[in-house]
Amino acid sequence: MEKLNGLRCRECGRRYPATPVHVCEFCFGPLEVDYRYDTLQTIVTRESIAAGPPSMWRYKDLLPVEGDVAVGHHVGFTPLIRAQNLADELGCREVWVKNDSVCHPSWSFKDRVVAVAVTKAKEFGYDTVACASTGNLANSVAAHAAEGRLKSYIFIPADLEQGKVLATLVYNPTLVAVHGTYDEVNRLCSEIADKYRWAFVNVNFRPYYSEGSKSYGFEIIEQLGWRAPEHIIVPCAGGSLITKIWKGIKELKTLGLIAGPVTTKMHAAQAAGCGPIVTMIRNDTDVLVPVRPNTIAKSLAIGNPADGYYAYKAVKESGGYGAHTTDEEIVEGMLLLARTEGIFTETAGGVTLAAAKKLIEAGVIQRTESIVICITGNGLKTPDALYDRLEAHVKIKPSLSAFDRALADLKSHAT
Amino acid sequence: MPRIRVRLTFPPEQIQQPIVYHLVKDFDLIPNIRRAEVKADYGWMALELEGDEGALERAVAWLKGRGVQVDPIERDVIVP
Ligand SMILES: Cc1ncc(COP(=O)(O)O)c(C=O)c1O
Ligand SMILES: [Zn+2]
Repeated sequence: MEKLNGLRCRECGRRYPATPVHVCEFCFGPLEVDYRYDTLQTIVTRESIAAGPPSMWRYKDLLPVEGDVAVGHHVGFTPLIRAQNLADELGCREVWVKNDSVCHPSWSFKDRVVAVAVTKAKEFGYDTVACASTGNLANSVAAHAAEGRLKSYIFIPADLEQGKVLATLVYNPTLVAVHGTYDEVNRLCSEIADKYRWAFVNVNFRPYYSEGSKSYGFEIIEQLGWRAPEHIIVPCAGGSLITKIWKGIKELKTLGLIAGPVTTKMHAAQAAGCGPIVTMIRNDTDVLVPVRPNTIAKSLAIGNPADGYYAYKAVKESGGYGAHTTDEEIVEGMLLLARTEGIFTETAGGVTLAAAKKLIEAGVIQRTESIVICITGNGLKTPDALYDRLEAHVKIKPSLSAFDRALADLKSHAT
Repeated sequence: MPRIRVRLTFPPEQIQQPIVYHLVKDFDLIPNIRRAEVKADYGWMALELEGDEGALERAVAWLKGRGVQVDPIERDVIVP
């Protein structure tokens, strides 16, 4: 059964067949996958989803994959945790953490988008995938390319530290380090994507790739028992994740799968040092002013986000808001989540938790309402954010008496 | 002839400047504007520029020198 109408320009509405194209030839607007919801209505039910695998592919009917899943069979369906310790600390009643810090295989939500993009690449007969990335995306593309036995090219700025690329290099991609300013590297990669017949996951495959993020939203709703929460706080870089979570929730509503009304407010979380989307929301303007990123939250450091306008629209449409967080607050957020729930998230998670705390304290989010905090990446990837901040509490010689003394000391300090 | 698709973001002081005119006159480029938005203190333009390679490079450098941000049409190609 045909479930796709093809692609559609988000700006002028022109239609395109479902091929690897990403911008409208007429207005240069971004293209988006267009589904036949009337067809989907007849095949997608809560039961059909529940009968699917414990992965993002239980929602395959609502993703743009038409053939078999090629890679990333175990991506997604990550834990949604009732975070009571955190709720107590924040003085809230109902707090949930959607934990993609343990997303298989590369420990961030990017596995969701990449699994769709690489599966699509195989579907379209490509033998090479590519991306330009300094972090999570590179890890995930290299991992999924290895699994799919595809060649992969990963482009990075030449000044990136070796340590940052180890978790990519291990999968044996071709790593291309480009000398030049960020702007030059960015533009070169766009030209390469244009010239070579490769599946550049976030360029020519972007319409398919970005749909993978909807699964994050689908899972939240299903795991809450097909109920929409009152608030979802989402970390934003390019602005795609928050846009697609919102799209996913609206799709479930359209298909009649959500119990009760959807009163969910989507809130954007960004670092103060790179917060152009939150600035739009707070200034209540649809004009995005690009910034030069300066923050420890490297995985959110996109100064001129392609989906900034759509992220703003999703937030406004849902009645949500946004918060900027300082580097200090980001680290405190990471430590708070680790201390209360035993979850070690990366800086992006610190941003989200710190933003949630601010929105609660400002009264934007009521303490009696249901809150979902989106944790999208793993802390073991960004340990440098915590260097100089944590150290062993006790250092002793290897003798029992030394330990006895140290323990007594600790206890006296604690009281 | 080589072509590039770029998105220009203008700072307030450049909004009223005849930028496109200079691209044609000084660099011999053929601009094809697809979408743009210009407000009192801010503006952007998505366009295709056609010309010879050296001229395209020089034009991009000239734009940047005037404080105009030049991004590929996709903007965030490098993703963290
Ligand atoms: C861990 C993490 N969280 C959130 C984001 C934001 O996603 P988006 O670019 O779709 O806004 C990113 C990457 O961009 C990321 O790496
Ligand atoms: Zn269009």
